Amino acid sequence: MTTPKTIVEKIWDKNVVYEEEGKPAILYIDLHLVHEVTSPQAFEGLRLKDRTVRQPKRTFATMDHNVPTVHANVIKDEISKLQMDTLRKNCEEFSVPLAGMGHEHQGIVHVIGPELGLTQPGKTIVCGDSHTSTHGAFGALAFGIGTSEVEHVLATQTVWQQKPKTLNVQIDGTLGTGVTAKDLILALISKYGVNFGTGYVLEYTGEAVRNLSMEGRMTICNMSIEAGARAGLVSPDETTVNFIEGRLHAPKGKDFEQAKQMWLSLRSDEGAVYDKTVTLNASEVEPQVTWGTNPAQCIPINSQVPNPETAKTENDKNEIKHALYYMGLEPDVNITDVPIQHVFIGSCTNSRVEDLEQAASVIHGRKVNDSVTAIVVPGSQTVKRQAEEKGLDKLFIEAGFEWREPGCSMCLAMNGDAVPPNERCASTSNRNFEGRQGTDARTHLVSPEMAAAAAIAGHFVDVRSF
Amino acid sequence: MEPLKMHTGLVYPLNRSNVDTDQIIPKQFLKRISRQGFGQYLFYNWRFDEKDRPREDFSLNDPKYKGTSILVGGENFGCGSSREHAPWALEDYGFRIIIAPSFADIFYNNCTKNGILPVVLTEDEVQTLIDNAEKGDYHLTVDLENKAVTDNHSFKATFDLAEYSRQMLLNGWDEISVTLTYEDKITEFEKEHIVY
Repeated sequence: MTTPKTIVEKIWDKNVVYEEEGKPAILYIDLHLVHEVTSPQAFEGLRLKDRTVRQPKRTFATMDHNVPTVHANVIKDEISKLQMDTLRKNCEEFSVPLAGMGHEHQGIVHVIGPELGLTQPGKTIVCGDSHTSTHGAFGALAFGIGTSEVEHVLATQTVWQQKPKTLNVQIDGTLGTGVTAKDLILALISKYGVNFGTGYVLEYTGEAVRNLSMEGRMTICNMSIEAGARAGLVSPDETTVNFIEGRLHAPKGKDFEQAKQMWLSLRSDEGAVYDKTVTLNASEVEPQVTWGTNPAQCIPINSQVPNPETAKTENDKNEIKHALYYMGLEPDVNITDVPIQHVFIGSCTNSRVEDLEQAASVIHGRKVNDSVTAIVVPGSQTVKRQAEEKGLDKLFIEAGFEWREPGCSMCLAMNGDAVPPNERCASTSNRNFEGRQGTDARTHLVSPEMAAAAAIAGHFVDVRSF
Repeated sequence: MEPLKMHTGLVYPLNRSNVDTDQIIPKQFLKRISRQGFGQYLFYNWRFDEKDRPREDFSLNDPKYKGTSILVGGENFGCGSSREHAPWALEDYGFRIIIAPSFADIFYNNCTKNGILPVVLTEDEVQTLIDNAEKGDYHLTVDLENKAVTDNHSFKATFDLAEYSRQMLLNGWDEISVTLTYEDKITEFEKEHIVY
């Protein structure tokens, strides 16, 4: 009888090239995703040292952070254009496949990896982007890296890595109607804080995780980094395999059958030991809204903004005060009484077809409130096409939402899609940091349903009774 | 990168938890394609108002911290985005050492690749340093050979750092060159490794 192992240990054992006592290991990277913002300095580094890309076929690039979502073929910002042109030239020079502007597969890097079948169980996946954890939904070990490491992976197809500690996030129970994967991950971070995962890889287990679609699993893995963890994953099962089958870069025929056996064998064994375990009961989770400037500053929809006077420590008190000041909120107000001016449905957290369907499902012929500007930004060209085939674009447009071109858009407001100073946005993205969606912009993180409902009501509402 | 063995410098206290990389370097400055020149944009939205004038209420603008090279911050320093522009901005501004009770993983890693030493001390030690530094003209010496932090008075603390990172920083090695000495092992591995 062999010692039971977690999926993280199995992937680690499979991909370590070399290790010696007292040093990190050299870990082989199976898929390197690249985008325009964190790669130019890395390619330049290769050029300066006369180095090449070791495995262009295990590298895949797209443009997402900087792309305009209106009139996408016209890039008005010259600096953004230079960055995108630079990626195109770099990909040509180093033979890296690119789904750039105008390509049928262009989109947010963490949306296109899975939809093209590039993301697969057991792969080690890196990208110069902290939300690379998204790909963990497939049972891949996927984590964000900085630009120096991007250059390192381009040159060597490896990274130096300490064997990660494992944290079992066990989520049992059943999600209630109107409660989503987004609410689960927000509730989890709210319960345990923004750094409970630091130094660990999170493995999401339990009945509630098993019952999630791949889209839902991507949403929770995506926000692992908001809990401090570089990576979060879910052991692969039939849901995973069914999602991958038939996709462009997925193995075909006999190869698929072999791959499937290998993938399913990676699941964490019964009795595998984790370094730490935390739990959450999905049945108790309600729709969530963040009120502050980090994702743990979050409350259920039918509750009140906290009062700094009730904080346990002086530090907590100051943090709440600071956040309330930035957010322009008074203590103790009902979150449902807070009016909003903007709604953003999109980002690598919540821009897939299922997210858009769920958002559209709350419209019921109603219109976006006169005081609200609401935009829907599909995660990729493929998502956009599929959503349009389902008629979702028409539903949104008729209700008064803007239907945009794919990209990261208002999640980080790099492309000009920004929330104006002191205005408030219900956003399906992942970070409510100060200035994230625009200078002095006030972000409230919610699920797609909650965002769509807020767009119609003009303030936060409980989607379960909307 | 420049080797770092011992560093003595003026301390700047930033008494906030969860300082994220969006604060360290806001997204509007991520469009540049070079590694240089990010220091002027460090903590931009805290340092400057909407008309690009220095904000008086942000402590880094206080003349008493001019020429500072050691930043002491709160827990979970550098959380959020993986942007390496954050350590580039800190380094370009003049910071060589960041001291905090805890760091976000990616940021910590990015610092060590750019000649910035991240030092983890206990919450009490960090609080002592913040209290001292807030009075101004407070200097620390950080000794990477002996993994120790001292001031001119009685403060002395030791810290842990992975030996690999310590050697990289002490020697200022180019990591890719180091890895390429193992290239035959990578080639050998690739022959047997199956990726679907």
